[in-house]
Amino acid sequence: MYKISFPHMGNYYYAYKPMLLLLGGEIIVPPPITKKTIELGFKHSPEAACIPFKYNLGNYIEALDLGANVLVQAGGGCRFGYYGEVQKEILKSLGYSFTFIKLTNKMNPIAMMKAFKEFNPSMKRTTFLHSLALTFARLYYLDKVENFVRINVGFQTKAGTYEATFKKFLNELGDTKTLRAVRSVGKRTLADLMKIEINKPKDVVRVGVVGELYVVMEPFSNFFLEKELSQKGIEVHRFVTVSSIMKDFFLKHFMLTLQLKHARPYLRRHVGAHGTESVAIAHRLAKKGFDGLIHVKPFACMPEINTMPALHKLSRDFQFPIIYFSFDSQTSETGIKTRLEAFYDMLMMKKDKLKSQNEN
Amino acid sequence: MNKIKIGIPRALLYHKYNILWSNFFNNLKNVEVVVSPETNKEIISRGSSLTVDESCLSMKLFIGHVDYLVGKVDYVFIPRMVSVRRGEELCTKFMGLTETVRNIFDNLPVLSYTVNKSTFRFEFMGMMRVALKLHQSPITAVRAYIIAHRKYKEHFEKRLVGQDNKIKNIDRTKPVVLIVSHPYTTYDGFFGMHISKILGEQGIELLYSDIVNPELAHKMSKNLSSDLYWTYNKEMIGAIEIYKPYIDGIIYLVVFPCGPDALVVNLCQNKIKNIPSAVITLDELQGEAGLKTRLESFADILKIRKSRTNV
Repeated sequence: MYKISFPHMGNYYYAYKPMLLLLGGEIIVPPPITKKTIELGFKHSPEAACIPFKYNLGNYIEALDLGANVLVQAGGGCRFGYYGEVQKEILKSLGYSFTFIKLTNKMNPIAMMKAFKEFNPSMKRTTFLHSLALTFARLYYLDKVENFVRINVGFQTKAGTYEATFKKFLNELGDTKTLRAVRSVGKRTLADLMKIEINKPKDVVRVGVVGELYVVMEPFSNFFLEKELSQKGIEVHRFVTVSSIMKDFFLKHFMLTLQLKHARPYLRRHVGAHGTESVAIAHRLAKKGFDGLIHVKPFACMPEINTMPALHKLSRDFQFPIIYFSFDSQTSETGIKTRLEAFYDMLMMKKDKLKSQNEN
Repeated sequence: MNKIKIGIPRALLYHKYNILWSNFFNNLKNVEVVVSPETNKEIISRGSSLTVDESCLSMKLFIGHVDYLVGKVDYVFIPRMVSVRRGEELCTKFMGLTETVRNIFDNLPVLSYTVNKSTFRFEFMGMMRVALKLHQSPITAVRAYIIAHRKYKEHFEKRLVGQDNKIKNIDRTKPVVLIVSHPYTTYDGFFGMHISKILGEQGIELLYSDIVNPELAHKMSKNLSSDLYWTYNKEMIGAIEIYKPYIDGIIYLVVFPCGPDALVVNLCQNKIKNIPSAVITLDELQGEAGLKTRLESFADILKIRKSRTNV
């Protein structure tokens, strides 16, 4: 009997669950990421590996301890494509026995179907396509709902209403079996969210979050940075989601040209992985009049380091405050929170100063 | 008429392509090549103050070398390498190198070309473009490229034969160590060469992982890792497989914090168990005494092992 497991990233497990079920077996959801996960991952990883590697490894170890025997890893882009092989060797040397499915460089539907078929020959091609469509539909609504919640959660009049609706949505989404069901759950949730009363001031402080995918999307790895900000009454915008990555992927050439157009004149050529997109978003936000930007990345993430000189220059040119966070297993939560608070205070002071200047 | 001065920073890919580049520019008309000096303390400190502190040491050195050239030359030559083999990649620092330099130094005239075999952008076309930008006639440019490429190949073959001869005529009593590293770490005047010198003083024969037949290395690298897609790392671990029968120890020279190496070296250490190895991590705050002690003790271990096996 196959017991399939996978690493966590945000709430996306609810979206790609139908794909995992295709492998033919039961799914073992690894325990939610905690301090223990990162400690386990850190202990067995190479020291200079980036933080997503350590989180994934921690997830795998916890899942294997729960009895999983099939592990799935995706891949592509920067170092991410090479995670699979190294993680497999590390887990093997720890004495676990398991099957490892690497989807490295197989992140397109046809190659993925072949890989799945190889593992589970009884899978029908039509089932695969249906699950793929279901996954995309779930991703679409998940990101849509999450975006809505992220922007508005800081301004709810009754604490906890958004969170409760979102939790209900996740549970319902996990049980959907047809595209129609996904659509109705999504639409209903969005309508419910619209109804929730909010108290948003007109000149609210708006902040964007850009950076490396995993750290941006896994709230534990960035110490719940978005939550922290929204609790202070800041509107948090994030543009990198799994749906946006999918869009990049399928419209590759078109999206790359578009991003490069937005990133000019700070970048004239691509800098690898998601670097160009970070600069493109930053440039757009600066022009739109956002109040600040938060750039997050794992320690020593080369594509994002490539973007930093461009962001420094952009920040100088537009007088646009950008704060840089880099996360590692040794990063202290207090340090990040202090810097975040200082950044927040600075934004507020800047806003007040502008306001008084306008009044005079 | 004044000659156009082209500056080439003595860092990163210079250590791999120096013969090609300097011969190409020297064979153009009215062009003079200025190469920055060997890495020194001044360059290191300038480099690390100008870059983001998380950049790897090689990147810091590169920026330091560019900084040396600023104001002394008309153009700084920085090629942008994305992929030198089809379906493979290089570290993304080579991809973003020109952009990084453009953003750090305002208004610096940069000469650049892109090599990306995956999208059919070849070295030849790139170099032609560079030559045309310098107002050269196409015939001169093609001629310069052909000469430079021939010299580059000859030089490489010579080094390959040299290493082969070294293996054949090796002193059996001396331990042989393979230095596994990128050429820009191995041949850096301040870091790599210094380490080679210390090891040489200890009476150790050195082989270098970058002097290897690339095709063979690619084939052999499959034994260690099936998924690897960084060309230079593939050559590195292919070299380990090729030189395995002749060596007594491996030294991995890793700059801090090198992305690809962090994973690859870990994999190699997990897979190669019967050869003693040491990982030397280099950064700009390197303490001389600590480094020397580590290298000496590694050399001692190898010598003791060697003497035991000989008896």
